[in-house]
Amino acid sequence: MTAGTGPEATAPLVLVVEDELPMRRFLRAALQAHGYRFLEAGTAREGTMLAASHQPDLILMDLGLPDEDGLVLAKRLREWTRTPIIVLSARGREDDKIHALDSGADDYLTKPFGTGELMARIRVALRHRQGSTEEAPVFEVGDIRVDQAMRQVFKNGEEVHLTPTEYKLLIALVKHAGKVLTHDQLLREVWGRAKAAQPLYLRVYMAQLRHKLEADPARPRFLQTEQGVGYRLRI
Amino acid sequence: MTPERPDPDALLRKVQEEEALATRAKLKVFFGAAPGVGKTYAMLSEAKERLDIGIDVVVGVVETHGRSETNAKAEGFERIPPRELPYHGTFYPEFDLEAALKRKPQIILMDELAHSNMKGSRHEKRWQDVMELLDAGIDVYTTVNVQHMESLRDVVAQITGIIVRENVPDTVLERADEVELVDLPPEDLLQRLREGKVYVPDQARHAIDRFFRKGNLLALRELALRQTAQSVDAQMRRYMATEGIRKTWAAGDRLLVCVGPSALSTRLVRATRRLAATLGAPWTALYVETPRHLRYGEADQARIEANLRLAEQLGGGTEVIEGGVSIGPDILDYARSHNVTKIVVGKPSLPRWREFLRGSLVDELVRDSGDIDIFVITGDQGQETARPPLRPKPHSPLSHYAFALLAVIAASVVSGLAFGRTELADIVMVYVLAIVLVAARSGRGPSLLASALSVAAFDFLFIPPFLTFAVTDFRHMGTFAILMVTGWTIGTLTERIRQQARLARSREHRTAGLLRLSKDLAQGGGSADLVESILRNVASQFSTEAVVLLPGANGKLEALRKDLPLLHSENEVGVAQWVFEHQEAAGRGTATLPGAKATYLPMRATSGVMGVLGVLPEGEAQWTEPDQRRLLEAFADQSALALERLDLSEKNAEASRRMDQEAMRSTLLSSVSHDLRTPLGAITGASSALLDREAPVAEEARRELLESIHGEAKRMHRLVSNLLDITRLESGTLEVHKEWTLIEELVGSALNRMEDQLKGNPVTVDLPRSLPPVPVDSLLMEQVLVNLLDNAVKHSPQGTPIEVKAWSVGRTATLVVSDHGPGLAEGEEERIFEKMVRGRRPGAEAGAGLGLAICKAIVEAHGGRITAGNRNQGGAQFLVNLPLPEELPPLPKEESSE
Repeated sequence: MTAGTGPEATAPLVLVVEDELPMRRFLRAALQAHGYRFLEAGTAREGTMLAASHQPDLILMDLGLPDEDGLVLAKRLREWTRTPIIVLSARGREDDKIHALDSGADDYLTKPFGTGELMARIRVALRHRQGSTEEAPVFEVGDIRVDQAMRQVFKNGEEVHLTPTEYKLLIALVKHAGKVLTHDQLLREVWGRAKAAQPLYLRVYMAQLRHKLEADPARPRFLQTEQGVGYRLRI
Repeated sequence: MTPERPDPDALLRKVQEEEALATRAKLKVFFGAAPGVGKTYAMLSEAKERLDIGIDVVVGVVETHGRSETNAKAEGFERIPPRELPYHGTFYPEFDLEAALKRKPQIILMDELAHSNMKGSRHEKRWQDVMELLDAGIDVYTTVNVQHMESLRDVVAQITGIIVRENVPDTVLERADEVELVDLPPEDLLQRLREGKVYVPDQARHAIDRFFRKGNLLALRELALRQTAQSVDAQMRRYMATEGIRKTWAAGDRLLVCVGPSALSTRLVRATRRLAATLGAPWTALYVETPRHLRYGEADQARIEANLRLAEQLGGGTEVIEGGVSIGPDILDYARSHNVTKIVVGKPSLPRWREFLRGSLVDELVRDSGDIDIFVITGDQGQETARPPLRPKPHSPLSHYAFALLAVIAASVVSGLAFGRTELADIVMVYVLAIVLVAARSGRGPSLLASALSVAAFDFLFIPPFLTFAVTDFRHMGTFAILMVTGWTIGTLTERIRQQARLARSREHRTAGLLRLSKDLAQGGGSADLVESILRNVASQFSTEAVVLLPGANGKLEALRKDLPLLHSENEVGVAQWVFEHQEAAGRGTATLPGAKATYLPMRATSGVMGVLGVLPEGEAQWTEPDQRRLLEAFADQSALALERLDLSEKNAEASRRMDQEAMRSTLLSSVSHDLRTPLGAITGASSALLDREAPVAEEARRELLESIHGEAKRMHRLVSNLLDITRLESGTLEVHKEWTLIEELVGSALNRMEDQLKGNPVTVDLPRSLPPVPVDSLLMEQVLVNLLDNAVKHSPQGTPIEVKAWSVGRTATLVVSDHGPGLAEGEEERIFEKMVRGRRPGAEAGAGLGLAICKAIVEAHGGRITAGNRNQGGAQFLVNLPLPEELPPLPKEESSE
């Protein structure tokens, strides 16, 4: 429960809710080395209190907390704060991840993870918090350029024709670039509620997008599959 | 039979009974000869004493009828608040069994044992409530008058002329641990009546006046005394039996009562029960099903069933056997094979002439009974209610009568042609032939017609004077008579054979039904399959809707098929639950919860009740036909046995699976401990070197140590993940969630996950765009690809390519991962998928021994196959074959617009 020291006061404040001491130590070291301010809590109760009193810029949260299910905590936090939440979870608990994302978490990290991955996710989450990508009319990643104002998509400077559904799907991913979107979230955003039970449609359109935009659709660099959870536009 | 024969089984039973007696709840009955003798008062007095010494006594029901002394006594007791049940728009209080069971006092007072509960209660009768309270371990005090005893009903009716409708089975009184006779001399009772101390409802004043006559009261008092003495006697006998006094073991009597559809049978059953109680003998009610049975109307069949049910209620056994036209021998056969010593039959009420013609059952029994005693009981002429007639005998259709006419005409023509050339006797033979043919083909009616027509035609055509019906020679009358008798005899015989054939067919139908059921059940399969077979068989045999409810994990019944609207009612499920818990039939057509829509039968097996079978009779049918009901019970029990068998075999399989798993785990544990220790050793060593303050490590070495910690930790992570995967797969807890998935996407995500490891080897991917979607669990199948890629990397020299290919032919999709490594050694193709086999290079990287075993388990869980081999160009290749279903899912319509 100590506020991090060292980095200047304007650096983003990260709240870590995690009961494992070694994990907390690792996160503290990594975050401080990258210039973030740091707050830590070992229980859900403590986490809630700190989130309310310090208004952190980002919350890193373990799903297995001693006093409460992390899913419940995520849902409760989401009731009153828009602070990005990144969930830490083990492989093989994909259902938990989906639940966490559906109940308001912004992203997840699969344990064990390295600092590189951690920092990338934190950057994406913070960027979304500032709302920079959402309003930007032009989005660029690698050799792909999406001009939302003109409704045009370019690859290597050449325009690519997308069907309306493909375009909608791409825009949904662009809007949340870097973040994982669950099947349900994508189906709802692209087809509305009616078609929400057809994940195969989603897979087929994703494949079509990859064939149009990726250099090697079988080894996608940008339109990535998070198996068992959803899709992510890697930036 | 040898006297004084101790039966070890009976002895054992007694011991068990005594043990049960010592622990079971006590029933005390305050028994009286008539209303007003003070039973309630006596009960309350005793209860008060108990209450005063600190026993938890609660009033369930006490009817004080406004008597002040009784009222005063009833104060100071806790009461179970009654339920208010609606009846004709008004609410009336009724005893709340649920609340009493929940309250669970030590003793509960239940006045008026013979009371009939109002509609909406769980049981029809209060004595059933009492039995349930006793079963729940609550002692019960109750009151009852002698005229309510089931077996004394007729006697009471004879004495007082009043038929009592509210009856209590004698078994309830026998169940009593104590019977206290509350006695009041008739003079005193009449005095009390005059003083207005006896509660008499106004509308019943007249009947009551008739009832409370001194003669009646004396007789009732005697009955009550005798009944009490009998119950004391029964206790005495029980005591003697347990104390090993042999006298009671004298070879016992066994009584048999023959019942039929008549009202007399009801009396027979009651009389037998009295006789049996006096003798302390077991007894059985027997119904012999004859060809006539099929012709009984529904009311008659219902009465037969009611009589058998009554016998069951009175504590007797019941049996239905099949017999021929004459049932005497069948009854005696049964009696001999079951050691029956006394048979009770009713005195026939047939007219003398019919008795003479057909012989009476009583005569038959008496003649052949040998050492079995026959008791003949008379019925009051007045009491014998008029029975509805038998179902009309099946009529022969009109065509059969036409056939009779044609046969006679043909016989007449043939005879006419032969007339004059042959004897008259030959012509008679022609007619006889015609009659025999008609009788054999068409039965009694047409054969009688043929006989009459033959006589007429023969007389008219061939007896002088010709073409008149006049007969001059009276010798011909003999011929006519012979023709008539021939027709009647053969016709009757044919008719009888037919009836028997019909009965045999219906028996056959039943037997075939049971056989079909047992065959279906022997097919095996899971419980869902079994239930499906049961439902199918019940539906086809009884042409009715049925439902099977089995207990779930929490002991609550659940139906496998939820679509039956019947089960949407909580009430129906509640009835089924009651049946399951009490192991008795309930619901429609039974005495318990008759308001239910369906009839529910317990499915009894050797180890207990497996579930409940519910049947919804169509229309008004209520399973009252004894054979139907019995057949249904047989179905339920046979099904229960099958379910039990399945349950046992599942438990067996589970046990052996657990043992296998245990063995597998211990092998696994011992072999992975080495693999786990190696990276741990490296991590511990490297980190301790870094922490050593006395010997600081040079910057370059420091970096190396950190890298090795990182690398070894990753290695351990892989091993642990593999271990987790394999335990989940082997334990069977893993569920395969199949979804339509694209192979390209699976390959893509697997390659992404392996990005770091694959840095040293180029990967070429060859996937045709025409690949159909495959129904797989995407997470598991990705794991297969990751493990195969991991395996390929480990065995590929730096820089050599790894290839991923896929194709589909017919209904199989194939995925191939191949490398340019050293390939598999001879004979390794199968073994490589076993656990802890590393293959190829000995001492290869840790954790590799599980990856392929995981692949195999996952692929096989999808119904697919995984094989390994060497490529012609060198290197190993792994093929995953996945089955494709016949129908592919619909794909989105919108085509990619290029």
